[in-house]
Amino acid sequence: MNRFHIRNMVWLAAAVLGFLALYALVQAGIINRFYQITLVTIMINIIYAVGLNLVLGVAGQFSLGHAGFIAIGAYSAAIFTKAMETNTTGLYVGMAVGVGLSIILALIVGIPTLRLKGDYLAIATLGVAEIVRVIINNMRDLTNGPAGISGIPLVSNWINVYIFMVITTIFILNFVYSSAGRATMAIQQDEIAAESMGVNVTLYKVSAFVLGAITASIGGSLQATFLGIVTPGDYTFERSIDVLIIVVFGGIGSFTGSFVAAILLGLLNVFLQDYGQLRMVIYAIALVLIMIFRPGGLLGTRELRLGSLVTKALGKDKEAVS
Amino acid sequence: MQLFMQQLVNGISLGSIYALIALGYTMVYGTIRLINFAHGDIYMVGAFFGYFLVSVLNVNVFLAMLLAGVFCAILGVVIEKVAYKPLRKSTRVAALITAIGVSFFLQNVMIYFLGPEVRAFPSTIPVMPFRVFGIVINMKQVFVFITTVILMIVLNAIVKYTKMGKAMRAVAVDSEAAELMGIDVNRVISFTFALGSALAGVAGVLVGVYYNSISATMGTTPGLKAFVAAVVGGVGSIPGAMIGGYLIGLLETIVTFMGGSMYKDAAVYALLIVILLIKPSGLFGKNVKEKV
Repeated sequence: MNRFHIRNMVWLAAAVLGFLALYALVQAGIINRFYQITLVTIMINIIYAVGLNLVLGVAGQFSLGHAGFIAIGAYSAAIFTKAMETNTTGLYVGMAVGVGLSIILALIVGIPTLRLKGDYLAIATLGVAEIVRVIINNMRDLTNGPAGISGIPLVSNWINVYIFMVITTIFILNFVYSSAGRATMAIQQDEIAAESMGVNVTLYKVSAFVLGAITASIGGSLQATFLGIVTPGDYTFERSIDVLIIVVFGGIGSFTGSFVAAILLGLLNVFLQDYGQLRMVIYAIALVLIMIFRPGGLLGTRELRLGSLVTKALGKDKEAVS
Repeated sequence: MQLFMQQLVNGISLGSIYALIALGYTMVYGTIRLINFAHGDIYMVGAFFGYFLVSVLNVNVFLAMLLAGVFCAILGVVIEKVAYKPLRKSTRVAALITAIGVSFFLQNVMIYFLGPEVRAFPSTIPVMPFRVFGIVINMKQVFVFITTVILMIVLNAIVKYTKMGKAMRAVAVDSEAAELMGIDVNRVISFTFALGSALAGVAGVLVGVYYNSISATMGTTPGLKAFVAAVVGGVGSIPGAMIGGYLIGLLETIVTFMGGSMYKDAAVYALLIVILLIKPSGLFGKNVKEKV
């Protein structure tokens, strides 16, 4: 039963414990309605950031088009949740449709543009995201144009967001630690060397891009049904930058970093709420300073390896016993 | 047909502004291989500085343009020294993220101090429309076009005939070799930033004069479109940026003319993607073989 080896069990236990801890806090009223918004925002940001980290940190492809995929997920969920009789089914049908559309778009965009290097790719993906937004803005029958869709049934709460956060993270991490993930990492380190070792560069780049798009779309669906409103203005280039800031702040390539950064920035947002625009100024300064003084972000590429820690601890115990 | 020609005139005015901004992108990219995301925001600062001079201090618009250019040149150099210089040896992605950070900073500082609302730029140039072969041209369009052409001629002269221009071209080709030849690369980079930012500052004032409205977020979209213009023309190529700017301006007005005004931004980005796929080096760019 290799699948149930100790590392996976430890992480599963951590996920369940985290859930129980949050549940207890919510039941006890410590996380009230207001803090729940923060909690859900943080968790959705984690979903986005983990996806972008796969594209940027593992595959080394600089995508600025995350907002486009988020928008697709959000609008699909919004439309289906409102249209279908049982709202929860609507959310999941909408989410599936959003994921499907995102995959198609990511393939259409990814296969040609991922040939481009660094900054060109960034601009091309940015362009795609803007095109998505313009189209959403103009499909008035379906999306209600610039005013957006409001009154979406609020079917998401922190519980299903938490579950999806865990699922998408596992999904992405499984990819990263598979042989495909290692091949993808090789591309990031040296594309030409990887190619000469027989790595199918396009395949893995596009895979990472598509996985990033899928998680972004799922996050968007959850956010739409949690907030109850979507407008095209929410999915500008700045939305992509928000996610980028989390990934960079936590350390490009470190998934633990993305978690930590999303939580820290989420909490920071609560404290800086009263400062309004000054918050964005602080963000901007922080972004520049991090790049200058700590280009690796908070954690660099380090990861918290809970499984290894536990196995090590257990291993020592065994030695101590024997 | 007349309507179409009319749109061409409008497109050329708009294109002039894009071309001016695109020149800054292309020169900076040529020397340090960085997409200066903050360039669009320097243009915005230029517009606000011009607005301040014209509406508060009642400065003549030509002088305001000149001063805005000087102010933006200084701003550009400061940004380069503070934010980009420490990163010259780090990865491209790090530099690009820094540029985005600077762009965010400028935008939000302006919003913080001046508010996000749109302001009316005082109209200093009389509209005075006149007809040429049935096409209505107004004084503002002439003003924008002539200013742009003069600036382009000046820029061309600087790049072609001055010592600094020669150094700029040398750094663009191979900065290490240029350094070995005794060129002070840091000075050249600062000069490039100053020149590009000055053009952006002037473009900001021109936009204020032409559209009569400015806001703190006005830099993002024209900045991106001007970058598209630079890519279409071939990043690093000065004539390419000029022609790219006019092409984008014309494309936008033609799409608007065909009734797709809502889709004009999408058309520009679509053009970018098509160009990147068909001829990534742009219309005037040189094909550079990648060395292992």
